[in-house]
Amino acid sequence: MKAWNGRKNALFLLAAAALVLCAVAVAGGLLGEQAMVTDFTRKNLAPCGQFLFGTDWMGRDMLSRTLTGLSLSIRIGLLTAAVSAIIALALGVASAVCGGWVDGVISWCIDLVMGIPHILLVMLISLAFGKDFVGVVAGVALSHWPSLARVIRGEVLQLRGAVYVRTAEKLGVPRLAIVRRHLLPHLLPQFLTGLVLQFPHAILHEASVTFLGFGLSPEQPAIGVILSESMSYLTTGKWWLAVFPGLSLVLIVMLFAAMGEQLRRLLDPASVHA
Amino acid sequence: MEPILQVKDLSISFTQYGRGTRQVLLPVIQDLSLTIRPGQVVAVVGSSGSGKSLLAHGILGILPYNSHMAGEITFLGQPLTPKRAEAVRGTEIVLVPQGVTYLDPLMKVGPQIRKGRRDQKARQASRTALKRYGLGEEVESLYPFELSGGMARRVLIATAAAETPKLVIADEPTPGLDARSAQRVLGHFRELADGGAGVLLITHDLELALTIADRVAVFYAGETVEEADAADFTAGKLRHPYTRALWNALPQNGFVPIPGAQPGPGEVGKGCPFAPRCPKQRPECLSPVSYRELEGGLVRCLYPEGEMV
Amino acid sequence: MKHRLLFTGKKLIRMVLLLLGVSLAAFLLMSASPLDPLQTNVGQAALGTMSQEQIAKLEDYWGVNTPPAERYLGWLGDFVRGDMGTSLLYRQPVSTVIGQRLQNSLWLMAFAWVISGVLGLTLGVIAGANRGRLADKLIRGYCLLISSTPAFWLALLLLVIFSVWLGLFPIGLSVPIGADASSVTLADRLYHAFLPALTLSITGVANITMHTREKMADIMESDYVLFARAGGESAPSIVLRHGLRNVALPAITLQFASIIEIFGGSVLVEQVFSYPGLGQAAVSAGLGSDLPLLLGITVVSAAIVFGGNLIADLLYGVVDPKIRRGAAKR
Repeated sequence: MKAWNGRKNALFLLAAAALVLCAVAVAGGLLGEQAMVTDFTRKNLAPCGQFLFGTDWMGRDMLSRTLTGLSLSIRIGLLTAAVSAIIALALGVASAVCGGWVDGVISWCIDLVMGIPHILLVMLISLAFGKDFVGVVAGVALSHWPSLARVIRGEVLQLRGAVYVRTAEKLGVPRLAIVRRHLLPHLLPQFLTGLVLQFPHAILHEASVTFLGFGLSPEQPAIGVILSESMSYLTTGKWWLAVFPGLSLVLIVMLFAAMGEQLRRLLDPASVHA
Repeated sequence: MEPILQVKDLSISFTQYGRGTRQVLLPVIQDLSLTIRPGQVVAVVGSSGSGKSLLAHGILGILPYNSHMAGEITFLGQPLTPKRAEAVRGTEIVLVPQGVTYLDPLMKVGPQIRKGRRDQKARQASRTALKRYGLGEEVESLYPFELSGGMARRVLIATAAAETPKLVIADEPTPGLDARSAQRVLGHFRELADGGAGVLLITHDLELALTIADRVAVFYAGETVEEADAADFTAGKLRHPYTRALWNALPQNGFVPIPGAQPGPGEVGKGCPFAPRCPKQRPECLSPVSYRELEGGLVRCLYPEGEMV
Repeated sequence: MKHRLLFTGKKLIRMVLLLLGVSLAAFLLMSASPLDPLQTNVGQAALGTMSQEQIAKLEDYWGVNTPPAERYLGWLGDFVRGDMGTSLLYRQPVSTVIGQRLQNSLWLMAFAWVISGVLGLTLGVIAGANRGRLADKLIRGYCLLISSTPAFWLALLLLVIFSVWLGLFPIGLSVPIGADASSVTLADRLYHAFLPALTLSITGVANITMHTREKMADIMESDYVLFARAGGESAPSIVLRHGLRNVALPAITLQFASIIEIFGGSVLVEQVFSYPGLGQAAVSAGLGSDLPLLLGITVVSAAIVFGGNLIADLLYGVVDPKIRRGAAKR
């Protein structure tokens, strides 16, 4: 019975995380040009007051590069998570509603996609689309839907079998009304939570394939590119090239994950118990 | 004789979220009082949703973490503190739960009755207990999913009887059983009481409860509205209008349904919880009503039956 | 028994069909790629200096002119006979390359699999049994941190700390450079595999822990745990006697499902530590358009994943009394 309780806390965290993410996305977009400025009079500087994240071997400011990279990550994350969540919703609902061979084929596809190690699949799809921006977006978007599709399929199946839905059908309530009144209210929280929880995976996989060389091109200051380039300089003690960009990425991903977690807490009916 | 269990003014409530981010305190049981003496079967009768099971959990000290309990519980003359409850539950106070879901689905019956003890004495006790309820030794090596409904119920009772309890709390021990099996299961509780233990029988079935109970407490929306000897009930001497309604709802007494629905936790006002459905409701019923003695029983009503106004 | 055999048979057929699907999907994706293997591997400048004849020969070598359907069927026919083709980059049979690389990776993955499994189960049980308390919060925080950390960055971090700063471990390679393969001792192997294995173990723990925690929390809220508490069992006894027993079944599934993640992680980690395993070979094959090798690696890794799932399903039947006894009666 405290005035400040778990739900208020969750709401606050959710808002704060969203605000920080927006700020980073905007800041990175504005700093895009500064991230590419080279200045050989200030190369290889360790983090200091003027360059908080240091500079690289071409004298580029690592802070602007990191922010630009994060902004790119967030935008790609949003795009791919949204696309894969929509694929998941469409396939999951189709599988559960149509049943029969449609269900069989979709379930088989889910098993198939889940049988190939994720990173390998993203690599393959990215290759098929000729790498670069399109490749990495397609790769991440087309490989992340199976688990959410499976959740949605299960949810719809369970709802369709529920007594109150079957009763409504028997009473002759129109199908569309059943979908709107009974299915959507249950499905929407699941879908939203699933969507938000896709972000962290999407961002991590984008960074990973870019790091391996299958994603964004080396000219773009993506986090994967920054970290991949840093590898050649780590042995000579330029630790800041890898540590700060990576740490910032971890923070951004954690914010997304925390957002998903808080959203789930708010939307889960069982959370009424303090 | 000294009572085995005495419950005085017990209240149990939960913190929950209402709409949005507001937290509310939901009272589930209010001012419940109850006494059980050795050799007695005391039935607590109420329809589902009246908070009966929580009474059992409250006595045993196993309420969920978001609950609050107030009031006094005395066991064998000593206050039943959480620490003492932990020490006596399973040995001196035992619970007989509703059904097979209360058995570990992946553990054989034998070890569950023995609660992990492996000595000869425990083996002997579990075998004797099973035999007492007509179950052979082979039942020990069955998994719960291999038991029939009636067998599961007898296994659960055997779990209780394998100890030598002073107090047996039976929480809805009969649903899903046919009339004969239910009668037999209740007979087992009568035997335990005749052996000197006190039995708290929690049930929704007034008719069945009356066949073995000595005292009956009627529960409505988290409050006891009447407590009296079972003989009063069978003789048709009832005090509270709800008890009368419950009585009339029995098939052999006319099968009269009670209009309206029992208020849920948090929906009860300050006054008598039954007032909205009561045929004899008056304006003063909406302010608090005290629990008082009336002709050898207790009643929470301003205008009970059998009292001259 | 007959029932179990039928079940296993069905699962095997499904597995073969899925593998066929995986190989076809991987082949289609690779042959759809607009990237020119000649430009990637020979380079624009070199191509310019070559004669038409030489280029045609190279095109034959990289399989540019054969129609995809013919290539796939040819590959499938050979595969059934045990021939996975020849790696274009390594100029060795694909099966030889995969065999060598897999041996290196297996050390790494088995170590990480066992460590993350045992640790994940333990932490998950502790967190689930103490839901909402300090131990749970700490473990959940750790999992959130780890699952938000890219495996390759963690690898870089460990590399900087242990190899560059402390100088405790080598920068890369599974064996000392220049050493004869036969003179490599077990100690050498362990020494070089330690950091990659540590990275994989740390990242693998998070997922298993979180899922185990969820199952354990459900178990702690079950009727039978309530009854055990009512029966006077102490909290540790409940966790050991009922918790572990009931969490065992989902744990089997989780443990085998984690193979795929360990594999995915190894691709990244091997790249950072330049550890000559299967994952590193996959990256080289992908970057170098070495279709036979990448196809081989995809199929082999999928086979390992599906095999793991099959083992989990079969183990389930042995452990779960409902299936074991239910099948015996039929």
